[in-house]
Amino acid sequence: MTKKMKKTRNRIIGVLIAFIVLLIAEHMGAFEAFPWYVSFVIFLIPYLVIGYDVLRKAFINISHGQVFDENFLMMIATFGAFAISEYTEALAVMLFYQIGELFQSYAVGKSRASITELMSIAPEYANVIQDDGEAVETDPEEVGIGTMLLIKPGEKIPIDGVVTEGESFVDTSAITGESVPRRVSEGEEVISGCVNKDSVLKIRTTKNYEDSTVSKILELVENASNKKSRMENFITRFAKYYTPVVTIGAVLLAVIPPLLGIMPFSDSIKRACIFLIVSCPCALVISVPLGFFGGIGASSKMGILVKGSNYLEAIAEASTLVLDKTGTITKGEFKVSEIIPAANLSKEEIVCLAAGAEKFSNHPIARSVIEYHDEIHKNNSSLTDDKTELTDIKEVPGHGITAKLGAEDIYVGNAKLLKSNNIEFKESDLPGTIIYVAKGKLFVGTIIISDTIKEGAAESISKAKRAGVSQVIMLTGDNEDTAKVVADKVGIDKVFAQLLPADKVERVESLLDENKNGKVAFVGDGINDAPVLMRADVGIAMGSMGSDAAIEAADIVLMDDDIGKISAVIQIARKTLRIVKENIVFALFVKILILFLGALGFATMWMAVFGDVGVAVLAILNSMRAMKWTKEDMNGKVRA
Amino acid sequence: MKKTYKCEVDCANCAAKMEEAINKIDGVKSARVNFMTQKLTLEADDDKYAEILDAAVKACKKVEPDCEIEI
Repeated sequence: MTKKMKKTRNRIIGVLIAFIVLLIAEHMGAFEAFPWYVSFVIFLIPYLVIGYDVLRKAFINISHGQVFDENFLMMIATFGAFAISEYTEALAVMLFYQIGELFQSYAVGKSRASITELMSIAPEYANVIQDDGEAVETDPEEVGIGTMLLIKPGEKIPIDGVVTEGESFVDTSAITGESVPRRVSEGEEVISGCVNKDSVLKIRTTKNYEDSTVSKILELVENASNKKSRMENFITRFAKYYTPVVTIGAVLLAVIPPLLGIMPFSDSIKRACIFLIVSCPCALVISVPLGFFGGIGASSKMGILVKGSNYLEAIAEASTLVLDKTGTITKGEFKVSEIIPAANLSKEEIVCLAAGAEKFSNHPIARSVIEYHDEIHKNNSSLTDDKTELTDIKEVPGHGITAKLGAEDIYVGNAKLLKSNNIEFKESDLPGTIIYVAKGKLFVGTIIISDTIKEGAAESISKAKRAGVSQVIMLTGDNEDTAKVVADKVGIDKVFAQLLPADKVERVESLLDENKNGKVAFVGDGINDAPVLMRADVGIAMGSMGSDAAIEAADIVLMDDDIGKISAVIQIARKTLRIVKENIVFALFVKILILFLGALGFATMWMAVFGDVGVAVLAILNSMRAMKWTKEDMNGKVRA
Repeated sequence: MKKTYKCEVDCANCAAKMEEAINKIDGVKSARVNFMTQKLTLEADDDKYAEILDAAVKACKKVEPDCEIEI
């Protein structure tokens, strides 16, 4: 609580006690013996104590020409109550208005603080290593590129950099939402905002603080609530008309019925006062941004950066999910997926032969064969064969490799290589990159290399569907066959293959045309699909942590490249939107109900105060639910 | 030029009104009074920035006399 709030609180407690005493006294008929002005003054004193600031603001604002200010409305309503000798009501309205306002600012402050806390990733200092080896605490903003920093266990990495000394586990959860610590050692990059877990690290900074991951993220989240959702725009526009309309209604209600002789002024003024109290739009105006703020906060906690309330709104309505293949559904790493022996050699022998031929090559396909070879030998010590020792290794560009094992020719390469050497072989129709191996003139086997599908990709897609996406489409530059296999494995509805980056934009554009009712979300790794990310209703980039291009172009960034987060963000967005809608409907319903009852004379001023501040407080409490989102929610039931 | 300032506002509706008032000032490209983050973001012409900022603060005070803007 701030000082200002504490002062108001003390004032409220004092006046509340006085109010209760006066209420009891009045019920016991203590004021009946005195003329009216005695009780008027007795009630006026606590009224001024509790309401002087409202009156002050009201007067200042009238002098500025601000007629529909809530202070002014409250003043008129309570003055009206005094005028018709409803002293208790006048005091009560002012008192409860203040209680509500206090509670409102307390609740908003609280939720603001807890959201900021979610984002408590900003480092306070950096330990700069001096020439003499001493570490000095420095403001991160003053640290230049190439500075050596010391990071002790338990400290945050203040600036992005490369480890130069030491080995440790770092907790990346604040940035990626991933709870398993990552092992880092010399030469590896570390990003700011992560916490060093167990031993001292020395790093050399590669960026300035302003360009580091942590300050980029903070800036994004901060700015996110600057982008207004459609709902927020609607409600502020609504509020602009609502207050004047209700106020005019109040004036008409006060004047017309008595003039027509339907009711006395005392009655009509009372009803008009109720209108004035209900005319404040704060409950509506506050609950919308607060809900979105909570939703954005909850997403950040999961390692999902949402760059604006409007994007949260859009992703909630996503009906078509378009995914890029490489780097999004698959890892973008090529691995040996199958070995098919064709003659009397075992799988291991084929691998050894191929690895022996490819060992000097830097081609990614060759590297994956060698990696596979090393891996199976590391995991199985009973295999003693190393890469076969070959001589005379020659690379045939575009075909593969030829070599000699003793007197025998060895061929490792594609179909063209075998054909050009007149070796008979069975051509494979499996998807992926295919390497044929031949020994002498005999075809001995096939090695199939393909991109591996990310773990949990199929589950992520089915979760997204359960979360409300009606069709999932895959775009890829790969050939039809490879694409189909991946699509079938993970449950994609439709595939568009052999697309150039420009074709992808066109595809998404035509999907945008076809899906006028729902939104089209595109998920890519941000490497060459930045234009598509921008063109889609919602562009979701696989974080590729720190990749500026991806963060720049996308509307939503998944910091740890986990496509399982797509369903999470859809669910968070839907929950947020539902909460915001609940608030709007609830606040409008209560206000209209009280206006209606008030006009007919069934509502009291107490109800009207509830209709103003009570509703605001309830809406705030409801909005705070948008912040609460945990991993369990994500893994548990899917909410519509 | 685009800059952000701390801005203490008590009510969400006031923030919306301030934003509207600032956006009406001549030379303002865009203004946002964010109630949640309690920040004012003002983008305006470079050469008249100081003047415009001054006018913006005045406009805010007009809506909510108690509001405080740290410049």
